[in-house]
Amino acid sequence: MNPAFSVIFLTTLIGTGQGLFIAVVFGQPYSGSGTSNYGLVATILAFAFLAAGLFASFFHLGRPERAWRAVTEWRTSWLSREVIALPIAMILVLIYALLQWIPGLVDGKGMNIIGLAGVFVMLALFFCTGMIYACVKFLQEWATPWTIINYTVLGTASGFVLATALSAALDVARLGEFKGLAIAFTLIGLITRLFSFQRNNRIKYRSSIQTAVGIKHRKITQRSMGHTGGSFNTRAFFHHCSHKLISNLRLVVIVIVFVIPVAMLILYGYLPREEILWAAFIVQYIGLLAERWLFFAQANHPQNLYYQTVG
Amino acid sequence: MSKQLALVIDLNVCVGCHACVTSCKEWNTSGSAGALPDERPYGKDPSGTFFNRVQTFEVGEFPNVETVHFPKSCLHCEDPPCVPVCPTGASYKREEDGIVLVDYDKCIGCEYCSWACPYGAREIDTRQKVMKKCTLCVDRIYDPELPESERKPACVLACPTSARLFGDVNDPDSEVSVAIREEGGYQLMPEWGTNPANHYLPRRKQRITIHEDELIRADSPLKKEGVHPHGPVEDVTLDDVTSW
Repeated sequence: MNPAFSVIFLTTLIGTGQGLFIAVVFGQPYSGSGTSNYGLVATILAFAFLAAGLFASFFHLGRPERAWRAVTEWRTSWLSREVIALPIAMILVLIYALLQWIPGLVDGKGMNIIGLAGVFVMLALFFCTGMIYACVKFLQEWATPWTIINYTVLGTASGFVLATALSAALDVARLGEFKGLAIAFTLIGLITRLFSFQRNNRIKYRSSIQTAVGIKHRKITQRSMGHTGGSFNTRAFFHHCSHKLISNLRLVVIVIVFVIPVAMLILYGYLPREEILWAAFIVQYIGLLAERWLFFAQANHPQNLYYQTVG
Repeated sequence: MSKQLALVIDLNVCVGCHACVTSCKEWNTSGSAGALPDERPYGKDPSGTFFNRVQTFEVGEFPNVETVHFPKSCLHCEDPPCVPVCPTGASYKREEDGIVLVDYDKCIGCEYCSWACPYGAREIDTRQKVMKKCTLCVDRIYDPELPESERKPACVLACPTSARLFGDVNDPDSEVSVAIREEGGYQLMPEWGTNPANHYLPRRKQRITIHEDELIRADSPLKKEGVHPHGPVEDVTLDDVTSW
């Protein structure tokens, strides 16, 4: 597949926003006296990430003015379900922010209910986003539970790293828990992503040129794809990058999404400077952009069998 | 079973002339749904939206090689994977005749359906920014203004070798069903369970074996065509001899 940057930004931005909100709700029991405005700032930031992701998604659409129609087919389409889950998540985040901004509207129990509802919708949103890709059965690199697991774990890890940086900036009391969980989620992400890389290395493709044209001969060569100029089929499904670049990028992703951020989070324990945590978040986010690019680039669409040679 | 219109493409007679491609483009760029755009058609890097492409494959290795011309358009799957993924319901399959269509007024151009089609049958319209695909000339096959014989997809009418048949594959007596049944018609990528309605007829080789002595009519006693010297023997057989 040819990676679309609008979708790369959509999935990484909302992933961070979702993870950050989960971190905020998780951090609530540790809030102590509540003198810091950490919760409110982090909630608003989570909203900003979700909104930025939503904004990015519009660039993927040919007809963004009709985007509202995408809520109609929730019975069958995971994309439609995501389009419904994202605004619900954003509304819950806004309510959660409002309740923190005007204290006393609901008691602690009420906050927890809203917060947990938000966390549930965030997890549902991760599931919808993952299923958009995992449900396309002939994109075999995507059609695996690892897709959903990686979307969830990587988004959560990114959110917790950001929560760590934020808590360093605003309220040191909760830093330890966030830092520990940020490291834990990042390491879990490393394991799950390595598993998915390994799985995708060993894929045995079910489609071949033989099944594509229905001729049972060992040697079939395409001589013409029917047109000399490009078409949608050659633009949308080929990334035109070398295998070497892809395998190098995979190493880069492992280093900057997992190794460097974890090293920086640990380093913060010895050298407590706030900048280190912000840098950890930014480096990891850039790495996640590359990770998402790889996710698309590595997917091999069976239609490519029909577009091998210009001729 | 409900009606399922489809094309049956005979790879045995397709000569790869692209007449179906040009007639498809001509008909579908002129319809009420709007043009099928061509970008820079005479420029350096031409591109365009087409519903139908003829591809060419080489089977085998020289000198034992065969060229197969392979027309490819939407296969109007009986279980189309592109339909359930559509978030707006723009992509749908008609109940009455099984044609898979896109409602251009509902499509948001998210391209998800093209990801969900293993055959690469869908192409985005770069001007209208909506997904387009073969309609099986739905604006032509039911047109009462046209004479009955012309109520067929443009590609079928254009094909000079009659390599394209059109009909209801769920009607066992239709021309297409008979062709599929008797000529070994098959579906593309059956491994995904999409059950494409369009079928392809394989290359077929007809051979007769002639031995050298058969070239001369050694068995004719007259060495020429004519009436046999005597008619069939009717009265005496060996049975009659032994049964007296």
